[in-house]
Amino acid sequence: MSNWLILPVLIPLIAGIVALFFPKHVTAQRVWAFITSMILIGVNIFLLTYILSNGIMTLELGGWEAPFGIVFVGDSLATLLTTTTALVALPIIYFSFSTIGVEREKYYYYSFFQFLIAGVSGAFLTGDIFNLFVCFEVLLLASYALIGHGGTKTQLKESFNYVIVNVVSSAFFVIGVAYLYAVTGTLNMAQLSERVSEAGSEPIITVIAILFLIVFGLKGALFPLYFWLPGSYSVPPTAIGAIFAALLTKVGIYSIFRTYSVIFNEETAVTHTILLVLSAVTMIIGVIGAIAYRDVKLILVYNVIVAVGFILFGVASLNSDAFVGAIYYLLHDIVIKAALFLIIGALITAAGTSKLSGMGGMIKHHPLLTWMFFISALALAGIPPLGGFPGKLMLVVGGAEAGHYIVVAVMMVASLLVLYSVIRIFLQGFLGEPMLTHAEQHGSIKAQMPPIVFLVALSAFMGFGAEIMYPFVESAAETLINPRAYVEAVLGGNS
Amino acid sequence: MEIIMSILAGFLFTVGLYLILTKNLIRIIIGSSVLSHGAHLLLLTMAGLKTGAPPLLGLEADTYVDPLPQALILTAIVISFGVTSFILVLGYRTYKVTGAAETDQLRGTDTDE
Repeated sequence: MSNWLILPVLIPLIAGIVALFFPKHVTAQRVWAFITSMILIGVNIFLLTYILSNGIMTLELGGWEAPFGIVFVGDSLATLLTTTTALVALPIIYFSFSTIGVEREKYYYYSFFQFLIAGVSGAFLTGDIFNLFVCFEVLLLASYALIGHGGTKTQLKESFNYVIVNVVSSAFFVIGVAYLYAVTGTLNMAQLSERVSEAGSEPIITVIAILFLIVFGLKGALFPLYFWLPGSYSVPPTAIGAIFAALLTKVGIYSIFRTYSVIFNEETAVTHTILLVLSAVTMIIGVIGAIAYRDVKLILVYNVIVAVGFILFGVASLNSDAFVGAIYYLLHDIVIKAALFLIIGALITAAGTSKLSGMGGMIKHHPLLTWMFFISALALAGIPPLGGFPGKLMLVVGGAEAGHYIVVAVMMVASLLVLYSVIRIFLQGFLGEPMLTHAEQHGSIKAQMPPIVFLVALSAFMGFGAEIMYPFVESAAETLINPRAYVEAVLGGNS
Repeated sequence: MEIIMSILAGFLFTVGLYLILTKNLIRIIIGSSVLSHGAHLLLLTMAGLKTGAPPLLGLEADTYVDPLPQALILTAIVISFGVTSFILVLGYRTYKVTGAAETDQLRGTDTDE
């Protein structure tokens, strides 16, 4: 049974490799990508329900017992995230059919996409910190290829920066692993948890914790390491921007969740204070960017940064309410960022520009798109009863419990400004004076509506169906608050 | 021995960072590669050098060298090799398309105009 745990990685990997063999048959590529992501969703949902009823599942790769071999650990948090990943990948693949362009599809677009999903799922599932590094590299290499895919001038300019930033952060990751291994003599996260708590409050542990914060902060776009994000997320085609915004920063955030709850949970005074301050500054910087820019893509990209601040505030608060909030917000943010990016992609297709000043009156010709955007804008800001609300509520409750009132206040203000930044797109781009007649519209967006509706419905389900979601999220937060369960599930009797 | 290796790793970091902070694309690429080699060297050093016999089956000895860091740097070297070759192609392509061999010519996107 535990072999099932490899499937979220294996399915996209095999799907990507098989797709390499018939690059020029675009229809076959599309059908294959669509079918495999459907299967991926099915397997993930099955795993999720199985783990909720039967507890944490582990898979020792190659039969090498933990802590000597590499383990995959399927706890609720990891499988919730892989399930959301799969649920977001399918609509984005569908959206790519009509937007990405046949040329890109012929040059292995779907293969790179699948490898990205494989890397992301692997990073969520692995229980070994060096394997986490390897999964990061898998998803990063796929993302390097995707960001420059098509090779337009602006894409190449930005991808060079993106690649160099990530190569440097990977080097730091290896350094962090080296120090950790020197101090503890293990790389298995469960055993690291034990060894680090035995080491107690040695200062070197704090140094290593901060080193990992730098590494994951760079991947997750935490202030002051977010500078690469606006450029590199806004230049590739919208479908690629959507999968990046939905998943890539979230992998960095997830790694902070994991390392800061399972491994570095002893000496929290220094590390979690740093995290708290940085998350607050990240929120502020993010909203300033979101309000300042008049380009719809950049407005959304800065909203990605705001969300990083919100979620990490939950980690910094370090209590179960805050963790529930952070996980709920993380899951919803994956869905809503993908939805918003796809909507903006459709909007840009229709308007022919990404500048706010060049669009207006979309509601006349595209009423469905308009209302989808309106709903997602409210969901992003966390207006009840939509999907962003439960997460944000729990974050506020958790933050107040921990006594971080100032940051809670910053968060409230930031949420309002987030709402303002997206409603501005609504007022100017969708309402307002129509700029174009129907004949002047730059292409049809009919084919792009199903994935958008699917994602918005998913986000609405996370709001209205909070009762159904809650037990999953609560059990995910439980493993973060109480890493003993995680450690015991991995090491069993031989710890 | 560990001290010398640590200093060497630090030296490689310095060289790598210096190269990355220059403007020329090729220098940046070489710098990133040197930086990752510094990290690999550090990884190897951290487990202690020559602490015993090679960890081979059938070889009788009191202590053995820890084989794990070697497995780790092998993986890391392969990854860094792949990434470096990718950046070289990317740098070349960037030069072909944009005509820029220096980073200040890469600044700004077309949307800024």
